[in-house]
Amino acid sequence: MIYAIFAPLFLALFVPLLSRIKDKIHTGVFVFFIPFVIFLYFVRFIGNDFQPIRETVNWIPSMGINFDFYLDGLSLLFVLLISGIGALVVLYSVFYLSKSEKLGSFYVYLLMFMAAMLGVVLSDNVFVLYTFWELTSISSFLLIGYWNFKERSRYGAQKSMLITVFGGLSMLGGFILLTIITGTTSIQGMIGQVDVILSSDYLLLILVLILLGAFTKSAQFPFHIWLPDAMEAPTPVSAYLHSATMVKAGIYLVARFSPIFSGYEWFFIIVSLVGLLTMLWGSYMAVRQTDLKAILAFSTISQLGMIMAMLGFGTEAAVFAAMFHILNHATFKGSLFMITGIIDHETGTRDIRKLGGLMTFMPMTATLALFGTFSMAGVPLPFLNGFYSKELFFESTLGLDGANFLSQLIPYIAVIASIFTFVYSMYYFFGVFTGPNHVGKLPKKPHEAPFGMLIAPIILILGVILIGLFPNMVNAPFLQHAAEAVNSGVEYQEIYFWHGWTSPAFIMSLIVVGVGIILFLTRKKWTGIYRVLPGNLSFNKVYDSLLKKVDTYSAGITNVYMTGSLKTYMVLILGAMFIVTISFMLITDGLTISFDDIAEITILEVSVVIIIIIGAIATLFTRSNLALVLVTGIVGYGVSMLFAIYRAPDIALTQLVVETISIALFLLCFYHLPKLKKREESVGSKTVNIIISVGFGLMMTLIGISAHSTNWFAPISDYFVETSYTLGGGNNIVNVILVDMRGLDTLFEITVLGIAALAIIGLIKLTSNKEAK
Amino acid sequence: MEIIILILAGVLFATAIYNLLQKQLFRIIIGTVLLSHGAHLFILTMGKLKRGQPPVLTDGVTDYSDPLPQALILTSIVISFGITALLLVLAYRTTQENKTDNMEELRGNSNE
Repeated sequence: MIYAIFAPLFLALFVPLLSRIKDKIHTGVFVFFIPFVIFLYFVRFIGNDFQPIRETVNWIPSMGINFDFYLDGLSLLFVLLISGIGALVVLYSVFYLSKSEKLGSFYVYLLMFMAAMLGVVLSDNVFVLYTFWELTSISSFLLIGYWNFKERSRYGAQKSMLITVFGGLSMLGGFILLTIITGTTSIQGMIGQVDVILSSDYLLLILVLILLGAFTKSAQFPFHIWLPDAMEAPTPVSAYLHSATMVKAGIYLVARFSPIFSGYEWFFIIVSLVGLLTMLWGSYMAVRQTDLKAILAFSTISQLGMIMAMLGFGTEAAVFAAMFHILNHATFKGSLFMITGIIDHETGTRDIRKLGGLMTFMPMTATLALFGTFSMAGVPLPFLNGFYSKELFFESTLGLDGANFLSQLIPYIAVIASIFTFVYSMYYFFGVFTGPNHVGKLPKKPHEAPFGMLIAPIILILGVILIGLFPNMVNAPFLQHAAEAVNSGVEYQEIYFWHGWTSPAFIMSLIVVGVGIILFLTRKKWTGIYRVLPGNLSFNKVYDSLLKKVDTYSAGITNVYMTGSLKTYMVLILGAMFIVTISFMLITDGLTISFDDIAEITILEVSVVIIIIIGAIATLFTRSNLALVLVTGIVGYGVSMLFAIYRAPDIALTQLVVETISIALFLLCFYHLPKLKKREESVGSKTVNIIISVGFGLMMTLIGISAHSTNWFAPISDYFVETSYTLGGGNNIVNVILVDMRGLDTLFEITVLGIAALAIIGLIKLTSNKEAK
Repeated sequence: MEIIILILAGVLFATAIYNLLQKQLFRIIIGTVLLSHGAHLFILTMGKLKRGQPPVLTDGVTDYSDPLPQALILTSIVISFGITALLLVLAYRTTQENKTDNMEELRGNSNE
């Protein structure tokens, strides 16, 4: 299983090489095999007697973060969608993307996404899940911005990134709280401790944080605004990421955590309400769009809302319907996106106002679109899978406890939203394929797509029809396991087409179709209301102005302190350091002065100290370069004398040598440096300098004395004394530490010196461009 | 004596920082030199002063002064020397190129 997850990443390493020969073989051909093999690998798990599987590979065991993969029914459903749709999308992209595009980066991003998405749905460890989750955001960002020369692409990419990463970080917060409460990082482990979680004080906070992650990812109202802009991505990407898989990650998350939260009333209220609102808003907005992809984008938003709402209901019927609809939505929406891509490819436009009457030019595409759109609309025909899950959805809205107001309202919202779904589905099909054609005005002369491009949508539409005809084929061996993973109470039930005339769900379907047809036919008369309700613009405005404000404010703040003057930076850094350290010392009562255990004072040492102090202070007042070098030398020699006194022969010698060379170097250089000038500075800045430097010196002295006066830790030096000869084979302990125990440090030290030497040679020898000219 | 050495380290730090805050490159370099002296004395004092013999194993001696700070200082002295040398040459080159050694005049402009 772990190989399956990392296989896409592994292949991604070779994609840049393979893309070199893209003129001969389209890179997508190689890529196709990866999702296809993964699909074959996982498809064999389908069966009535499927049992969850677990695989673990250690990553950071000390923090409880491991690649802990857990394959149950829910994961299997998603894994098959990811690999199956993935294979079809890659196949489709071979014909969609011309060889002149940057195929290398496209497939690298796509494979990266695939691996990340597999990781999300298979990880049992919350932190690994989060890692993969963010990786899907990043690859989505890269894919939306694939045509990065387009301003809209960059805008859309940034928008999706900001919104989904905001949600991802909230989710991480929720995960951390959950981990602290339960003491485990495993989701299954958390499910085992439902009681602990449900009785926690932070329950609502955890729920909201995790739902923020799910809602942003799954484009739920009001975070849905990123999805329409994400349609700037190439159409295969929209079909894959933004309809079939990535946007369902939020659904997956809610489903995965359902066993934990389903007993909590706020879970029902928030998830159902947001889901229904999204469903209603999405389908209402879809009708108003003119870009085919925008119709599908809002349609996706609406359908995601519907699945989300069903998960919020949490009843056995609703959960089962949700799983069924996840599968169905992927088939019909995936194929519709591909069909849109075909239309765009063959006519040169996606504007529904310019299209029409394409049925005669593209009969195959039109047939496929017919099945796709009618399935999406939920037309009651026995060979459309969309109808089944829509009907199960209606049933689940009726099966809720009738106690509160919300549950009473839900069936009505469901019907209204479905009516709009019906309208935009019809609008899509009839607007594009029937009516008068404007072939002469199209950028390209329309013709049927090449067969290769049709393969993928044909397979998906076959899925629509087969699932429609034999819904129970996927029921017991597949969907049943998925639903059980979300709600263990789900019992097997046959899916069947005919519920009888009196079945309330069927009546709801009939109402949808009836009102839908009327609304569709009279569409021109009532679409005026869209001018009154300005649509999603308001949320986009909030986003845009927020972004702009953040930009201006942070630029304003940055400009205050990033003045370009090094001195200002030094003052700020040292001042902050001083304030933080001193206040920490005062708060924790760390300031201690003790005169115990102190070496005796001798006149020799004191006189050396006084000489050094005089030298150091003299550096402040000398005005001549030579004098400055000499006083600095006095300080250096003084320090080496102190080293000698304090029984450190090695450093005393080194200091002497280095000091001598330094002075020689200074003397060499100072001739070339300008003379020291009288310092011209205002009294104010002088005062600041004095305060900062004296404060810093004082702080260091206090830290030193406090550290010296406390005995919290035993020195570790005894170890070096004892093992110097036995381990290092040397009598000079300092030398043994340097070349043996800390040999690597010394190696790096030599490296640093080497780099410095090279830089010095470069600075002296190389002439600048100015001189060269 | 430790306290006196720590006060000395404090004085070195203070003078170093004061020099660092100046505008002329040469003074800034001197500041870094003083800063490393201060740091070395600080580290040395952390291992206590004048306890035992120099840390070279000798028969019959069991009490040695702490070798660890000395090893750290030794590394630091060499690195500081490298930095000082580099800074000096950098200052020399900067002055040659820009005809000034004043940090306020070396700020660059808003386009950079």
